[in-house]
Amino acid sequence: MNQDILLCGVGGQGTVLASKLIAAAAMAEGNTVHSAETIGMAQRGGSVISHIRIGDAASSPLIPYGHADILIAFEPAEAVRNLAYLKQDGLVIVNSVPVRPTTESLHPTGYDGAQMIAYLQQKCNCITVDANELCAPLGSSKFFNVAVLGVLAKSGRLEISANTLLGEIRKRVPEKFIESNVKAFEMGGSYTCS
Amino acid sequence: MSQEYVMGNGAIALGALAAGVNLASGYPGTPSSEIIETISKYPHEGVHVEWSVNEKAALEVAAAAAYAGARTLVTMKQVGLNVAADPLMSLAYVGVKGGMVIVSADDPGPISSQTEQDTRAFAEFARIPVFDPTSPEEAYQMIQDAFEYSEKYETPVLFRPTTRVCHAYASIDVPDSYAAKAFEGFVKDSSKWVIFPRLSFANHKKIEARNIEIGKDFSDYARNTCNGAASKKAVFASGVSYAYAEEFLRNHPEVQLVKIATPHPFPEEFVLRALAGASEIICLEELSPYIENQLYRLIGMHHLPVKVYGKRSGHVPVAGENTADGIAAILADFLDLTYENPCMDLSDAPALPVRPPVLCAGCPHRASFYAVKKAMKGQKAYFCGDIGCYTLGNAMPLDMVDTCLCMGAGITMAQGFHWVDPGAQTFAFVGDSTFFASGMTGVVNALYNDADMTLCVLDNSTTAMTGHQPHPGTGKNMMGDIVEKVDIVKVLSGMGVKKILVVNPFDLDQAVSAVKECAAQKGVKAIIFKSPCVAITKPAGKACISGHCINCQKCIREIGCPALVIEDGKVAIDASLCTGCGLCSQICPAGAIETTDSGKKGGSAS
Repeated sequence: MNQDILLCGVGGQGTVLASKLIAAAAMAEGNTVHSAETIGMAQRGGSVISHIRIGDAASSPLIPYGHADILIAFEPAEAVRNLAYLKQDGLVIVNSVPVRPTTESLHPTGYDGAQMIAYLQQKCNCITVDANELCAPLGSSKFFNVAVLGVLAKSGRLEISANTLLGEIRKRVPEKFIESNVKAFEMGGSYTCS
Repeated sequence: MSQEYVMGNGAIALGALAAGVNLASGYPGTPSSEIIETISKYPHEGVHVEWSVNEKAALEVAAAAAYAGARTLVTMKQVGLNVAADPLMSLAYVGVKGGMVIVSADDPGPISSQTEQDTRAFAEFARIPVFDPTSPEEAYQMIQDAFEYSEKYETPVLFRPTTRVCHAYASIDVPDSYAAKAFEGFVKDSSKWVIFPRLSFANHKKIEARNIEIGKDFSDYARNTCNGAASKKAVFASGVSYAYAEEFLRNHPEVQLVKIATPHPFPEEFVLRALAGASEIICLEELSPYIENQLYRLIGMHHLPVKVYGKRSGHVPVAGENTADGIAAILADFLDLTYENPCMDLSDAPALPVRPPVLCAGCPHRASFYAVKKAMKGQKAYFCGDIGCYTLGNAMPLDMVDTCLCMGAGITMAQGFHWVDPGAQTFAFVGDSTFFASGMTGVVNALYNDADMTLCVLDNSTTAMTGHQPHPGTGKNMMGDIVEKVDIVKVLSGMGVKKILVVNPFDLDQAVSAVKECAAQKGVKAIIFKSPCVAITKPAGKACISGHCINCQKCIREIGCPALVIEDGKVAIDASLCTGCGLCSQICPAGAIETTDSGKKGGSAS
């Protein structure tokens, strides 16, 4: 199989763990995987992206524009910023909760993410998830990075089984957080998407 | 054998371990930092690994080991190679006995660097070989080759991955255990190991002859490759640009794709074979038009009827990174193919918020900058910054970094401003790791030349920007040993700095008075703002806004903390970001921000 998946968000949202889990699951099913992360200054609150390329069709770690099968966005504006990577018939899974830039407090522009979500819904096949709502029973929206994998598995677009993903979560998450992450994954799987 | 999914930097480290490396040294710098960190995770007999105090020290430590026949790995980012240039240029003349590979990671973009310099050009300048991997998988194999060539020709060699190789992940097959190589030990011979003008002259002639030999050897090197049939139009590529080109040309086997893995000494015979039958070629590379220049030279020397396209002809961008899409478009144009960017039309997308990187919520640097700003209000002052997280002190509303040039430069530049504008106050901000790396000589320079300046050491007890590496002030090293901390106060005092104050930046009044006290005096003064990096310490508590808030928004206008936000027109605290540092509580004119727990943390005043 060949699948390109792009994750994007804002530094500190946990995109790296999510991308590592997808890559590990793809490898566990016998696929070749290449991936790439944003590392460095951008991690201090800047825009971050992770590219995951599954299968032998990829030579380079970066997904060319128009090639991503799935775009997982942890923030509405970041989804729009990276929409050029998505295939015409690709799927977007987006967290509707905005992260306002720090400059927003000093120079308000009124950014609240709603305009981005509306644009995404008009432009492409889009699953919108409210991370606060989804993660409320877990006590922290920090679990969104694993919960969104549940949403991804449920979408039917990922060519990796939910069980393999779950197995990697159990294997790779620190022991004391395994149960809450497994719960997050299951809640993502049963989330009623808007 | 087992399979590991590793970052390119991890692959480089594991390749060096597989080559039996005996000593690895380096200085952190994005995108190279994870190499030394990976090596330290595989401790075994006969391997010494260290974060050196800077790149020059790293190279010199390794040079002696290499003289003794040990295999050595030295790692740095491209600007670090400038710091190591002095020993490198001389070492190229002296040579080595054990294999020595110097990894200098280039950063096209640049994504996290000051320059877009090209290590391949540096290799030519130093007259030593350079290897240029296209992927993590290749890097793992190629660094092992690099050790072999280094030993065969008794020369240090450069190895230059770029960010997209360093930070890409791939799976590689690795051995289950590693063993360091046995080596002879240092054999004294002053006619060989002591550089003198006469030795340099003799060795220079040998090096020029040897490089011709290495060029011939590289012409048969298996990683210089030629895909597809000989064609009138051929493509030359290197590094990650090769991967982009290879992906695009998969459906075009009629086009010859040539990979240059060893740009210096240039594999001329290999390239001449690849050029046979070609009338037009294009060079796909990042940073300098290095391969392009070599091709012009070779084509000129041999009077070949070949037209060269690339950076010089305006067909390839001269600055910044290449991208898969950019390369596809360039190749389609060169090969007269149709290429349609398959992405959707996004011309109607709404305006996107910009996200400049900022100091973290609760970062002690914010408090330090703010204290100096407050103390100097209304006075003419220059604020010289340096390399590290604290360069972000330039952002509004702090606006406290007037200059940033290179590692350690802030301290010496503050002196330059003093000499041209003696009436102004001059401040230098430097992090603890940067102070040890290249700040200390600048302080001695100020003392010796009797400059007036205030040194602000932002001591957060780590090397934060590159991923929290230990340094001489932390009391830990990469061998896992607990060592004596090098005390910055004692260092400064030993140099002769008379006025040294240590303050907790989160005690705002105390910090402001310390700055005022130093500014009022002549000579070299130092303030150590001591408080640990918030990214690796537990939050002290949380701030919350009480009913007394008059919504003046002074906190937002003055300090720009990401945890201070406006909700429904009013100031609010983002509890998921707030660390309870207490700075905003001390600024609020209405006393409306309460901080739970101690509210203050960090080092104590002395």
